[in-house]
Amino acid sequence: MSSSSTSGCGKEDCGCVSRRTVMKGVGATLGAAAFARAIAPLTEWVDTLSVDEFLQRHYKELSLVDLKVVLRRLEKETKEQYGADVTISDTKPQEGVKFGYALNLSVCNGCRKCAEACHLENNHDRPSNQSYIRVFEMQKGSMDMEQGNAHYDKPVPQPDKFYMPVQCQQCEHPPCVDVCPVEATWKEPDGIVVVDYNWCIGCRYCEAACPYHARRFNWTKPVIPKEEINPNQGYLSNRIRPQGTMEKCTFCLHRTRNGRLPACLEACPTGARVFGNLLDPQSEIRWVLEHKRVFILKEDLGLKPQFFYFFDS
Amino acid sequence: MRSEPAVLHPVLIREPDGTPAVNSGMVDAQGKAVEIACVTCHATSTPNPQINRGDQLLKFHQGLHYAHGGLSCLSCHNASDYSSLHLADNRRIEFKDVMQLCGQCHGHQLESYKHGAHGGMNGHWDLTRGPRTRNTCTNCHDPHAPKFPLVQPIFPPRDRISVPLPEHPVQKTHELLPKNP
Ligand code: SF4
Ligand code: SF4
Repeated sequence: MSSSSTSGCGKEDCGCVSRRTVMKGVGATLGAAAFARAIAPLTEWVDTLSVDEFLQRHYKELSLVDLKVVLRRLEKETKEQYGADVTISDTKPQEGVKFGYALNLSVCNGCRKCAEACHLENNHDRPSNQSYIRVFEMQKGSMDMEQGNAHYDKPVPQPDKFYMPVQCQQCEHPPCVDVCPVEATWKEPDGIVVVDYNWCIGCRYCEAACPYHARRFNWTKPVIPKEEINPNQGYLSNRIRPQGTMEKCTFCLHRTRNGRLPACLEACPTGARVFGNLLDPQSEIRWVLEHKRVFILKEDLGLKPQFFYFFDS
Repeated sequence: MRSEPAVLHPVLIREPDGTPAVNSGMVDAQGKAVEIACVTCHATSTPNPQINRGDQLLKFHQGLHYAHGGLSCLSCHNASDYSSLHLADNRRIEFKDVMQLCGQCHGHQLESYKHGAHGGMNGHWDLTRGPRTRNTCTNCHDPHAPKFPLVQPIFPPRDRISVPLPEHPVQKTHELLPKNP
């Protein structure tokens, strides 16, 4: 399924779609009652939207000047709402770079340090313990993540178990992108699937489409104490997401596009994680792909994840 | 592709610091722990090659938890100089070169390590933009009992897909972590 290419901004071939046009389209396909239910979140939350935010254009449509204005406005809103001084940047993809991630299941011990690091780095809601990573405790011999338990809290590793952290697999053919009715989510040239949180209408189709349960919805306005807010933020990554929007792992693009390692990798005490540029034949990620027996989750779906798993043989 | 830059930032490997010493359990006038260099005692005591566990000793090191295959102390420690280690062929090496020692038996891990696929690290994936710091074997593994220990996992998620666990309060373990640089 691919989204319509109706132009929404008046410009030709900009590829964007007006949210309102789509609302109408969705209404026509869904029927009045279902449509009302689908947009209920938006009408409920519309009070909390500033007029500027509602009128804000799609990320891809923003000129550099527009973008600067938006970034400064968002910084100001963060200060007003959370009391924290933050810098929101917009680091572009690097040419010649396509990101890949690999994870060694033989050494992952299930400690969830990665999930915690993601929680802190990405300014996740504190009360829900939110994180883009879910670590599944798996029965040895089984590879079915649906059978995994993400709520274990006994000391790890347990003798008959292994541990499988799952985050966004940055699919080559992302179904979450295909189903988005307003093009609020897309795949960037460096392979990272991103969300324009200000454009997302909160319909949650993408969450339903993702077979890896990699997307998270902000049911409530995220609660984070001012002193715990990570001030180094990216427009498309770890800035505090508004209520009613969808979010996901972005391979920490505010870090990785500046050459740094993702937060979850740095936090991993067992060194289970390997990250790098798939286009660089000298990179560590390429070495893993060439020398280990790697596999991907739910390969039969044909989504071509850029996230790989392997065992030491 | 980008063209190769002239200078790459360094990859620093964390090294065990200083000369090897044991904590005496006492503190000096400034309140600092008194450490005693290994050679202080080992210069005068005769090594017993039969011993390979702490609890077999009559003095010192009795509490040493030892679980490292069939090795004995002198498989790695240098009987003629306790401020150093030795390789299988008896060549003397410094404590800071421990990776060379471990790699003799754990070649598979060493190979993965060399390619960035084993061992924790911090810093940059792109060395044209910044340096990287990597752990050495003993940052993560106790050389006397190298198996990774059991640990209590960090809090589970409490989102809607995950069933909330009301009896488990939010653990504030992340407060112990260093703040973001
Ligand atoms: S893993 Fe899920 S969220 Fe990530 S790209 Fe694939 S479908 Fe989208
Ligand atoms: S790469 Fe960053 S955003 Fe993605 S799971 Fe790891 S810490 Fe979270």
